[in-house]
Amino acid sequence: MKTTPIYGMMAEFDSATALVEAARKTHQAGYQKIDAYSPFPVEELAEAIGFHTNRVALVTLIGAAIGGLSGYLMQYWMAAVSYPTNIGGRPYHSWPSFIVITFELTILFGGISAVLGMLALNGLPMPYHPVFNVPRFVMASKDRFFLIIFSTDPKYDPAGTRQFLQALEPRSISEVPS
Amino acid sequence: MADHTEEVEVRNARAPVIEPGYTFGTVTDKISSIVLTRPTSTGWFVGFGAAFLVTMMLLFALGYLFVKGTGIWGINIPIGWGFAIVNFVWWIGIGHAGTLISAILLLLRQSWRNSINRFAEAMTLFAVACAGIFPLVHTGRPWLAYWLFPYPNTMQYWPQFRSPLLWDVFAVSTYFTISLLFWFIGLVPDLATLRDRSESRWARIIYGILALGWRGSARHWHRYESAYLLLAGLATPLVLSVHTVVSFDFAIAIVPGWHTTIFPPYFVAGAIYSGFAMVLMLAIPIRKLYGLEDFITDRHLQNSAKVMLATGWIVAYGYGIEAFMGWYSGNRYDAFTLWNRLHGPYAFFYWMLLLCNIFIPQLLWIRKLRTSPIGLFAISTVILVGMWLERFVIVVMSLHRDFLPSSWGMYYPTRWDWMTYGGTIGMFLAAMFLFVRILPMISIFEMRTLLPEAEVKE
Repeated sequence: MKTTPIYGMMAEFDSATALVEAARKTHQAGYQKIDAYSPFPVEELAEAIGFHTNRVALVTLIGAAIGGLSGYLMQYWMAAVSYPTNIGGRPYHSWPSFIVITFELTILFGGISAVLGMLALNGLPMPYHPVFNVPRFVMASKDRFFLIIFSTDPKYDPAGTRQFLQALEPRSISEVPS
Repeated sequence: MADHTEEVEVRNARAPVIEPGYTFGTVTDKISSIVLTRPTSTGWFVGFGAAFLVTMMLLFALGYLFVKGTGIWGINIPIGWGFAIVNFVWWIGIGHAGTLISAILLLLRQSWRNSINRFAEAMTLFAVACAGIFPLVHTGRPWLAYWLFPYPNTMQYWPQFRSPLLWDVFAVSTYFTISLLFWFIGLVPDLATLRDRSESRWARIIYGILALGWRGSARHWHRYESAYLLLAGLATPLVLSVHTVVSFDFAIAIVPGWHTTIFPPYFVAGAIYSGFAMVLMLAIPIRKLYGLEDFITDRHLQNSAKVMLATGWIVAYGYGIEAFMGWYSGNRYDAFTLWNRLHGPYAFFYWMLLLCNIFIPQLLWIRKLRTSPIGLFAISTVILVGMWLERFVIVVMSLHRDFLPSSWGMYYPTRWDWMTYGGTIGMFLAAMFLFVRILPMISIFEMRTLLPEAEVKE
């Protein structure tokens, strides 16, 4: 007999408060591979599932530094090395004139790295994801809050995990086929 | 005594950012239904059709320009800049309010921004797109505009990085790119909402592709919030720098009336001034026509009016310093520029500028007017006219009489100048009409965070 592999067990909650509480309890119970879904950013939620730091700021800093450095060096090389032009007797390396474009390229590269870095770290774009198989999950972008325990979690077992989630008093529980 | 405190409280009570009684569900339904379920009104078709026709006029004017060259405009020596640069500065200034609202007010934790940032950002994008047309076609050979960018070429030479005009190219293109990113990244969670809620298969596919597979995971939100905040932090100095760089186009030249250090702050303040005027001109009819008074409340109108009042005074200070320095510097050319503004052949426009930008907006001190949509709409129109006149005064009145009387001249716009200018207004409006029809014009997920139930109680 062929069975669909299971991606995880999902519980649905009514409010952000209930979800944060449930997520915290699940994390404290020793479940490692969990995630929570909310229709708007909930500050406490990432903390509750044990996700504390992200590297978006680092990526942005690196991008901005590359933008600024390459912007300045580009201008220096073009205006003083590759094609030196005498403009009103100014030095070829007239650095004050190069500041504006250096600044603009710092912002440009920093901004692009922030967005692309965030998307890449999030693994987006990803048009298909197993959680979309749960019919009730369309409410996750409106007014419902979801908690999932992935089947890859060492503590995961279909019956026990369901029982555990039941104790958190969710609105509904569904198995997520992968 | 009790009566007295009550009265004070009533006077100080501010309109809420969002009317009470909404839930996550009703906020979502109300905003997304405009895009998904509500039938498109006849008024929308009429408005979009009219704006579309005006856009066609723009294309006609530009097509004729490409055939004939910039000689069809009123520009000539000594006034080489004319309408193209006046309109460029005017449009790019209008764009500034969007970034100010979305970035600076986010950093300052002004939660009232949440209901107007989306369409203010859209306004920024469309205004910058309109602005970009002008310097491009003003080059005379727009098909060679890529020469402005440093790219390896067979001529083996590079752009002149010591020129403020080149700085402008980088500033405006960076501004457009960052605004676009900011707007799109803000849209992603709402596109996911539209994807999950649309009935039609095609809408689901299109919104689904644009939503990038957003599913609202806590890890994603965490990174998303970081990126959004960082973008706001980067966009804040950017928005202040863009009009600064635009003002360098003037301030670095030696023409009397341009060569002043007050230009950067005064240009930035003027930009925000006109930008908020445009925000109000759009917000007032939109909230009326789509019944969004609960989300765009009197509080938003009041706050925008106050921003206009404050920036209006910075602009007035700029005019004052310009006039004062014209006299105090002892420079006869600067003194003549001042005299020429007050008494020269274009004096009427200078006086109109003072009336529109300084005197009439003082009516905003009246509280009744700050909460009256019709009154605010009228004053915003006056300010937009005034800010356009300001750029006319700066560009044309400084160039037409600079140093040698033998090289003086006059500038008269032709019908092609007017058609191009009017055409960009049509293009701007057509884009706004499309935007309110196919994308959520208010940020749904940021509105949800304003509701009391969004708070986690522990």
